[in-house]
Amino acid sequence: MSTPDTHAQADAALRAAIRQREREAFRNRWLLLAPGVGLIACVGLLPLALTMIYSFLEPGTYGGVTWTFSTGAYEQFLFERDLFDETLLTFNPSYVIIFARSIFLALVATVGTLLVGYPTAYFIATRPRESRNLWLFLITLPFWTNLLIRTYAMLLIIRDEGLINAVLMGVGVVEQPVGILYTDFAVFLGLIYSFLPFMVLPVYASLEKLDFRLVEAAYDLYATRWRVLRRVIIPATRPGIVAGCILVFIPGLGAYITPELLGGGKKLMIGNMIALQFGTARNWPFGSAAALILMAMVVLMLVFLMRRGGRQVGHG
Amino acid sequence: MGSDDGFIEIVDVTKAFGPADRRVFALGGVTATIRRGEFFTLLGPSGCGKTTLLRLIAGFELPTSGEIRLDGQEIGHLPPFRRPVNTVFQNYALFPHMTVAENIGFGLEMLDKPRAEIASTVARMLALVKMSDLAGRRTDQLSGGQQQRVALARALAPQPKVLLLDEPLSALDLKLRKEMQVELKRIQHETGITFIFVTHDQEEALTMSDRIAVMEKGHILQIGSPTEIYNAPAARFVADFIGDINFIEGEVVSCGDGRAEVRLPSGPLLSAHAGQPVSGRVTLAIRPEKIGLRAAGDGTAQLSGRITNLVYFGSGTNVHVDAGIGADIVARTTTPGVAIGDRVGLDLPFADLSVLAE
Repeated sequence: MSTPDTHAQADAALRAAIRQREREAFRNRWLLLAPGVGLIACVGLLPLALTMIYSFLEPGTYGGVTWTFSTGAYEQFLFERDLFDETLLTFNPSYVIIFARSIFLALVATVGTLLVGYPTAYFIATRPRESRNLWLFLITLPFWTNLLIRTYAMLLIIRDEGLINAVLMGVGVVEQPVGILYTDFAVFLGLIYSFLPFMVLPVYASLEKLDFRLVEAAYDLYATRWRVLRRVIIPATRPGIVAGCILVFIPGLGAYITPELLGGGKKLMIGNMIALQFGTARNWPFGSAAALILMAMVVLMLVFLMRRGGRQVGHG
Repeated sequence: MGSDDGFIEIVDVTKAFGPADRRVFALGGVTATIRRGEFFTLLGPSGCGKTTLLRLIAGFELPTSGEIRLDGQEIGHLPPFRRPVNTVFQNYALFPHMTVAENIGFGLEMLDKPRAEIASTVARMLALVKMSDLAGRRTDQLSGGQQQRVALARALAPQPKVLLLDEPLSALDLKLRKEMQVELKRIQHETGITFIFVTHDQEEALTMSDRIAVMEKGHILQIGSPTEIYNAPAARFVADFIGDINFIEGEVVSCGDGRAEVRLPSGPLLSAHAGQPVSGRVTLAIRPEKIGLRAAGDGTAQLSGRITNLVYFGSGTNVHVDAGIGADIVARTTTPGVAIGDRVGLDLPFADLSVLAE
């Protein structure tokens, strides 16, 4: 009889069909991924590669680069070349100071948004379900206006002739306007204002998932309100806090508009410093190098945070 | 110190939810006294207010009116962390970011006990709930039964005066639930702590409790020992909610000396015991296992009828008899020897036939 034969045929046909299906699935996966991968390659990886190449070249006289290999850009970050002796390098802390100041301001802004954003997120998460969407909508409302315009609006409020000083002088608290504009404090205010939603949203997301019966259990076990917050609510919402801090700290580090307008561009931050290199200073390699150093720092910090976060989960 | 009879006194407690113009009363005037060291159960269907009453004792809700006294002291308005009362939650509510031992030690830590004392109490609690080898585990690596034990140990560790248990066994499968029922009784016996246990499972209530309060629609209908609740239900709801029971409607002919003669619409006269004088239309109640099956025409049978159905359930058989009173009367027997369609007599003993207060 032909039965074993038919079986073998059916088997082979089945295997062929399975292979065909797998090939199609593979092709479909890549077809679906292609637009995203293409976009990332064109606007993400390619410019990054260019930046990396530029950072190892020499600056052209009128901007741009000359195609000569050089590590000068990286040296310039830390050292100053002697005017008379090209080979003599002396330590120049000014760029390090700019980086340190930027990190400090971004850190302060992160802590500030956390202090303002956490209670806000807690407030929203504890509203009745129907009204939460309204509150979230209000939080995202500022995004409807361009950051530049919002920053100008802020400038109008805090300048010497602005609303705050008008009120303070009108009430008679101060005689002379308080100089807020063009200080680090103004930059700090501006950063908190513009990045607050980035803190509120992830913190809200983790607070919303928080099982409030845990809070009840802690109260039941003699924890006072402060200890419930410290021992139960904050540890349970740590992922949201970490995400919020990352979302605020990284753009805060590279902020450009806020320090430019509210800080008056007097004290450079990394973003302004990099922009300067591609503009007036006409030193593209140095701008590229500074951008890469910033990126390396951010990546290192993220890796550190993620490894710490992972350990904390692992150890409970 | 309060007396042993009145360890926890709940005095005319009400609890209303919602805005003033649309208040809903979850509790409408509850009064109960719970004795020191007893296993007290709040039993009722969902929405009867049993969990609300438990949350009022725990301090998660504040009473709208009334008083809650513990050991003679008014605690009704204290926050939960000022009450010597701990809770085992329905979903256990274990802290996910802490180990088993950290969970159990949490209450003691919040009471600022010295480290050595916390460690020794945690070890003792772990042994009590037989979880010593899992002290370092994270709680999400535990099975439901193990989580249950941790929740119990966590609530017992601070040595509360009262332990509240909010349907703690409802998430476990039947076999595990039976085991935990025995465990809970053992632990209550060993610790001597007063347990207030909330459940909707009447069987669980009967097997575990020293006393039961049956609740319905925000009120306590009856408080008594499991035997009292089962054998002498005070209200139709209690009788119906706990176990199987037959209801027989009739008209009181005479009443006196705790004995009521009740005429059924179909003619027969039944003698039932009545706690208080009754008159007019009443409902009589009798458990299926209290009804004696007699041969048709037997002199001791007050009712007779035809068997409509036989339902076998392992340890016995339910015999459904159409005795001409509307609904079938169900009698329980272990030796049926009868068939559907047979005529039988039913003996309803005076002592087991009670007149219900409506």
